[in-house]
Amino acid sequence: MSAVRDWLLDDSPSSRLQASLGRAWRSFSALMRNPLAVAGALIIVVLIVMAVFAPWIAPHSAIGQDLANRLAPPSALHWMGTDELGRDIFSRVVYGSRITLMIVTMVAVISAPIGLLVGAVSGYFGGWTDRVLMGVTDIFLSMPKLILALAFVAALGPGIENAIIAIAITAWPVYARIARAETITFRDSEFIAAVQLQGASSVRVILRHVLPLCASSTIIRVTLDMAGIILTAAGLGFLGLGAQPPLPEWGAMISSGRNFILDQWWVATMPGFAIIAVSLGFCFLGDGLRDVLDPKQRDGR
Amino acid sequence: MAFEPSPADSSARMSAGVMAGQAARGVAGIARFVLVVAATFLGLLAITFFIGRVVPIDPVLAVVGDRATAAVYEAARERMGLDRPLLVQFFSYVGDVLTGNLGQSISTGRAVVDDLGRFFPATLEMATVGILIGVALGVPMGVTAARRQGSWADQVIRVLGLLGYSVPAFWLGLVGLAVFYAGLGWVAGPGRIDIFYEGLVEPVTGIYLIDSLMAGEWEVFWNAASHLLLPASILGFFSLAYIARMTRSFMLDQLSQEYVTTARVKGVPERRVIWRHAFYPIRIQLITVIGLSYASLLEGSVMIETVFSWPGIGRYLTVALLNADMNAVLGATLVIGSVFILINKVSDVLYRILDPRARR
Repeated sequence: MSAVRDWLLDDSPSSRLQASLGRAWRSFSALMRNPLAVAGALIIVVLIVMAVFAPWIAPHSAIGQDLANRLAPPSALHWMGTDELGRDIFSRVVYGSRITLMIVTMVAVISAPIGLLVGAVSGYFGGWTDRVLMGVTDIFLSMPKLILALAFVAALGPGIENAIIAIAITAWPVYARIARAETITFRDSEFIAAVQLQGASSVRVILRHVLPLCASSTIIRVTLDMAGIILTAAGLGFLGLGAQPPLPEWGAMISSGRNFILDQWWVATMPGFAIIAVSLGFCFLGDGLRDVLDPKQRDGR
Repeated sequence: MAFEPSPADSSARMSAGVMAGQAARGVAGIARFVLVVAATFLGLLAITFFIGRVVPIDPVLAVVGDRATAAVYEAARERMGLDRPLLVQFFSYVGDVLTGNLGQSISTGRAVVDDLGRFFPATLEMATVGILIGVALGVPMGVTAARRQGSWADQVIRVLGLLGYSVPAFWLGLVGLAVFYAGLGWVAGPGRIDIFYEGLVEPVTGIYLIDSLMAGEWEVFWNAASHLLLPASILGFFSLAYIARMTRSFMLDQLSQEYVTTARVKGVPERRVIWRHAFYPIRIQLITVIGLSYASLLEGSVMIETVFSWPGIGRYLTVALLNADMNAVLGATLVIGSVFILINKVSDVLYRILDPRARR
């Protein structure tokens, strides 16, 4: 074990693999020294485990109804009680983690590359390309995100895919801004000039040499944005524009519990705790990542 | 919560925004400001126009029905101007919006502009009271947290700030209703006012608190206030979380400056060091933060209004969404978007005018 550690922490790595693994190890151990980041990472691990092993973790079916047992309060049998159709809320929350995980992953996978590309191209070429692309980015940045997402879903039609598209459309400009700022700082540096002199095309420079350097700040930002994405998705679900019944989406579950909030409080509150826990997890992890990967910005938030 | 500006947004805006130059360049600065705002509005219009076009419902079919012959369909299409080039259609749309023609709402049967005018004061009232609560509590909390960095007060404020990021507003609204309305009975329930007070006061501004005060109807005033308290406090909580966090970080910056140490060494009382020396310079940054926060409260009121059946623009928007009432949806989007953009840009420019460092 200690031999592996020494190899990882070697001051003069003999291969590129050793160097990058060593860097990853240093970041990882720095992250592990931050208790909040560990808590955040744990929450996210739990979320992923819940999503992957939902059928084994959930004690009941997520959609199976039991009308004789409607609106039962939390008990040993139903840890979070049952909803208006007798479905076990805990099981639905467990299955709902799949939907939440899918939404945040899809939004990140769609919006981060778009933003990165726009920002890198804008910063790398400069001039009119930069002005036009950043003009568009700024217009999107000045829009109210939630309202825009609502309007897009209204046009595309309710549903989980359209909700993902609508959120992704409103999420990319921030990443474009970050990528552009990063690109400008090293656009004129020697290693870029060296690659250019070797005859590399602009596409190659951007994809192989510019984008990887923008990755760490984008990862931090995406992690911090996750909470916002989860809340927006839950909000769309709450308004009936996101995931449709009987899908156990947390926002839609809160919406269906709305009518019982005064007497059967558990129907609406329990999924809310799940949302808060996961959002907090991403916030903690994002804060920790920022401290480790980007020490300049400490205390910035 | 989703409806707060992120640090990246504000820095982005600062770099791209208007440079209000020195006196000589002042006019050019104003011209550029107007240009940027106009371009942003045009962008908003382009987006709403695009959304209006991608709606899968064919507007012609909605008029003529799906049994119409091709000739009738074409005639209707021409009459509605949908056969013209997209760009021409866009300019006629911009013209319509500028002259206040946002179309009819199919669910209320009135012109969308009139609807929006009736619903806007309710949203304004709630967001304004919300931001007042947020500022009144958030600024002192941020200052306290910065003074006693690492103390329990700092930790509490940190946790509140993180909760502001992770609690769904609609959920907090529901829980608030269950606890403070149904459980404790401290506040009135959903809606703006009890039914038997409705129509007692002549609507002048549309803001019930002001209208009832002007009419001298104290009973109406207190009833409206008790309806307003909970939703406004919940909105205020989200702005409080953001304002406190930003105040804390600005104050920490100032407190680490050498002139603060100098003041302390000279024996200036701590109170004066905090409020006069450290707080005074950050008030300009705070204006920007409060402006951004206010704008995002207008946006955040969509969820809160839905939960509290508050007859504002947000609820109008969500009702229209569910009825696929596109004219109303786009109209409400335009109004909220425009106010949002305007507050953002104005607080940005205020910052540049007020802060001597940003004038360069």
